[in-house]
Amino acid sequence: MSKVSKEYKTISEIAGPLVFVKKTEPISYQELVSVKLSDGTMKRGQVLDSSDDMVVVQVFEGTSGIDKDAGVRFLGETMKMPVSRDMLGRVLSGSGEPLDGGPAITPEKKLDIVGAAINPWARDNPADFIQTGISTIDGMNTLVRGQKLPIFSASGLPHNELAMQIARQAKVRGKDEDFAVVFVAMGITNEEKQMFMKEFERTGALKNAVVFLNLADDPAIERIVTPRLGLTTAEYMAFELDMQVLVIMTDLTNYCEALRQVGAAREEVPGRRGYPGYMYTDLAQLYERAGRIKGKRGSITQIPILSMPGDDITHPIPDLSGYITEGQIVMSRELHRGGIYPPVNVSSSLSRLMNAGVGDGKTREDHKAVSDQLYAAYAEGKDLRGLVAIVGKESLSEKDRRLLDFADLFEDRVVRQGSEEDRSIEDTLAVSWEILKSLTSDQLTRIDRKYQEKYLQS
Amino acid sequence: MKKEGMIYRVAGPVVTAIGISPKMYDVVQVGAEKLMGEVIKIVGDHTIIQVYEDTSGVRPGEPVTNTGRPLVVELGPGLLSSVYDGIQRPLPVLQDQMGDFIFRGVSAPGLDRKKKWDFKPIVKKGDTVSAGQTIGTVLEGTMEHKIMVPPNMEGKVESIKEGGFNVEETIAVIGGNDVTMMQKWPVRAPRPVKEKLQPDIPLVTGQRVLDTMFPLAKGGAAAIPGGFGTGKTVTQQQLAKWSDAEIVVYIGCGERGNEMTEVLTEFPELEDPKTGNPLMNRTVLIANTSNMPVAAREASVYTGMTIAEYYRDMGYNVSLMADSTSRWAEAMREISSRLEEMPGEEGYPAYLAGRLSEFYERACRCTTLSDSEGSISVIGAVSPPGGDLSEPVTQNTLRIVRVFWALDTKLRERRHFPTINWLTSYSLYDKQLRAWYSSNVAEDFPALREWAMQLLQKESELQEIVQLVGSDALPDEQKITLEVSRMIREIFLQQNAYHPVDTYCPMQRQYVFMKLIKKYSDLAVKALAAGAQVSKIASIPAKQRFAMSKYETNIDEELEAVDKDFDKQFAELGV
Repeated sequence: MSKVSKEYKTISEIAGPLVFVKKTEPISYQELVSVKLSDGTMKRGQVLDSSDDMVVVQVFEGTSGIDKDAGVRFLGETMKMPVSRDMLGRVLSGSGEPLDGGPAITPEKKLDIVGAAINPWARDNPADFIQTGISTIDGMNTLVRGQKLPIFSASGLPHNELAMQIARQAKVRGKDEDFAVVFVAMGITNEEKQMFMKEFERTGALKNAVVFLNLADDPAIERIVTPRLGLTTAEYMAFELDMQVLVIMTDLTNYCEALRQVGAAREEVPGRRGYPGYMYTDLAQLYERAGRIKGKRGSITQIPILSMPGDDITHPIPDLSGYITEGQIVMSRELHRGGIYPPVNVSSSLSRLMNAGVGDGKTREDHKAVSDQLYAAYAEGKDLRGLVAIVGKESLSEKDRRLLDFADLFEDRVVRQGSEEDRSIEDTLAVSWEILKSLTSDQLTRIDRKYQEKYLQS
Repeated sequence: MKKEGMIYRVAGPVVTAIGISPKMYDVVQVGAEKLMGEVIKIVGDHTIIQVYEDTSGVRPGEPVTNTGRPLVVELGPGLLSSVYDGIQRPLPVLQDQMGDFIFRGVSAPGLDRKKKWDFKPIVKKGDTVSAGQTIGTVLEGTMEHKIMVPPNMEGKVESIKEGGFNVEETIAVIGGNDVTMMQKWPVRAPRPVKEKLQPDIPLVTGQRVLDTMFPLAKGGAAAIPGGFGTGKTVTQQQLAKWSDAEIVVYIGCGERGNEMTEVLTEFPELEDPKTGNPLMNRTVLIANTSNMPVAAREASVYTGMTIAEYYRDMGYNVSLMADSTSRWAEAMREISSRLEEMPGEEGYPAYLAGRLSEFYERACRCTTLSDSEGSISVIGAVSPPGGDLSEPVTQNTLRIVRVFWALDTKLRERRHFPTINWLTSYSLYDKQLRAWYSSNVAEDFPALREWAMQLLQKESELQEIVQLVGSDALPDEQKITLEVSRMIREIFLQQNAYHPVDTYCPMQRQYVFMKLIKKYSDLAVKALAAGAQVSKIASIPAKQRFAMSKYETNIDEELEAVDKDFDKQFAELGV
């Protein structure tokens, strides 16, 4: 039923973002609503609870200015997203309106933003390498098509800068594939918005990207919609236009805060730390939209970014995310203080699907071994730092001293890279081999002799 | 009973209806699209329904129909090798019907209605049959599928047919009732058994650390904690492949889509080592990923359990794996909070412990209604948030299950497989199973096991000292202890799942392994008394031969040779 219903002037209660409307004809759950204020302003909302005598409407733009005489119209349809190929290169608001001064999107299709679950039977295993140009990700925590690999950051760390860099540099290699980035920013400041818009234009990254920007002062409700708009766009591009799509979402913590705020306004029973009990399922409905489908060329890969409140990795937001996503990239305050960008702590980072994306024919034959070796030697070197603090460097054996120096070298050469520096996987492996030269051959226990012979010389 | 009513209120997956007077847990069809739901609360003339599908666009005034019966599973030939969602809709059929995504309002029967099965009766017209008695058989793939009288029926066989029938055709008339090969059973009710038996037979898995150290009894329950990457998948696959359970039910409950894909692509490729047939021929998979409707996730473990019970009733040993029960508990929490129930610990409903024990209690070894013996062994994975084992789901699970296999990331990093930690794992069945081991393996097997466990405990104490003062400072006897315990870890506990010989170790051979290690230990102590050096004792060639023997195809001959070598080489050391 797509006919627009009559206008109701029967608002009985207004509380927080919610408006209660009395005596309506039957209204469907999640139906879109427009509210006309007495000064003629229009606001939009969605039905949260619908019963015979009362309909609860959640207003997207907040309820300020709404009085009991405001007119409420039910639009007869649930929230849909207009999608089209021409969206590439556009900057849109958190609710999908153009922010770049361009024309409205001419839809090729209108899609339900909630999206349906991919049938597990239809899913294909994630495979094939995506190059982000960041050594710590490509080399040691490889991102694979169809994967969801979050970045766990914290306030004060340069995650937005890193997000921007990945958006700019990410590519699929070799074959003739269409690649696109969907960039979803939630709850960012106006300053950050300016930065993102400028950067996207300056670097030309915008031509392969669709950007959604929801600002910190936009209503919380809109923040819940923003990632769904982005993912719906991504699904259209991946599974109907056969593109390889990378979705970068920042900052999921703002999203979860909005979820909590809306839950509280609905007077729901809170779960852990006041977050709604359904947060696991809600996050899963975002993250699980990543994947590949048998018989389709396209794929959706996600890099959600979240800041851990109080640097606490057991906080419900990183914890629940970690149970859904396939690994995590963890940012370190220590490295950041040490002036290293990007401050990725590889020891606690992990890509669970790495093996599906590396090796001969995907990246290079020695990739896995080099990565294992870097991990092992860096871990040993870091352990020695603790020892050195107690007994001094002099009392270390020659072998241990090499490992100690290796850890510094690793942070300086492999982890550290410029924010404009786009390293191909070959560059990353080359710099890795270079620092591995500082170890003796019997310390390279993880690397097959034939690779050592082949790559150590050159 | 009024069957037709209408929707009064819609709020997320919880829908209120008026005009029907259902029983608790009746299944209802909601709205014009006939979404499937279940009655979870009745208040006056309002019926509160939890809907298994997305309710966007559903409006008050739409019709609600009560089916008058609870959520049921279809049981009959065709279950094996199926892949279902949480409410027994076959996923491949759903894909055929609506493509790569799961949209709502689609129903598909759990059992294929068209396929004909060749029914062979074993009772005659005029026989009197009781509830649960087998009246005939069907060959389901390679398994013999017994067709049983439904548990609520008995009487005289008035007619019985033979030949090809589908699951809806009548094959017999018993006491005036038509009997088909398909039974429907409510998922939340345990199927009846004649008598529950003591779990005093082990589920033999061929995995040394499990069978010898931490055995699970047939009909028992075990918990595996563990996230991704701890070796959970390999352990589960080894159990599916090698345990002496004929039927495997695997429930993927609220886990990652990509992880489920791995199971769905790998299981069908696994070969049943005992018959050479695909392992899928005796497996039922249930997949309800984290983004599929939460109410169906809640139901999925019951669906799996009911299927397991059906095969148990035929006299089979079934192993059921639920991965993960934590996600199931979260589904309960979510629904409970939608119902605005008073929350218990960490927001979980107060009935969490009750539901968990009801579920695990359905594991049992029993005499079935048809007087055969069957069992269900449950292996439940738990995923404690932040790795914290003190959280409610893990704690409540550990209170019920009697076996705990602690998968350990540290062991994985050290490449010790299977990654089951021998210090933190436990099995409370060891006493009950002692008699079985004594009479079926060897009289002294339980004693050997205890000796090994004590030695491992001793080792961990000694290791603490070694870390402080170095191993050189230990007295010679303790050096030998460390040497022997290392043999237990490296030769006995480590087992390579991918090696054709080592992947399965029969009980008798496990005993020989233990006995040889004990022999080495005893001889080493004697040699020490005779004045031999520890380094000499530790480096006798037979030890190396022993370590390598588990990869040899003539392994049993090798072990005999090792036995003789021990005698000879220790004699050279003065014993």
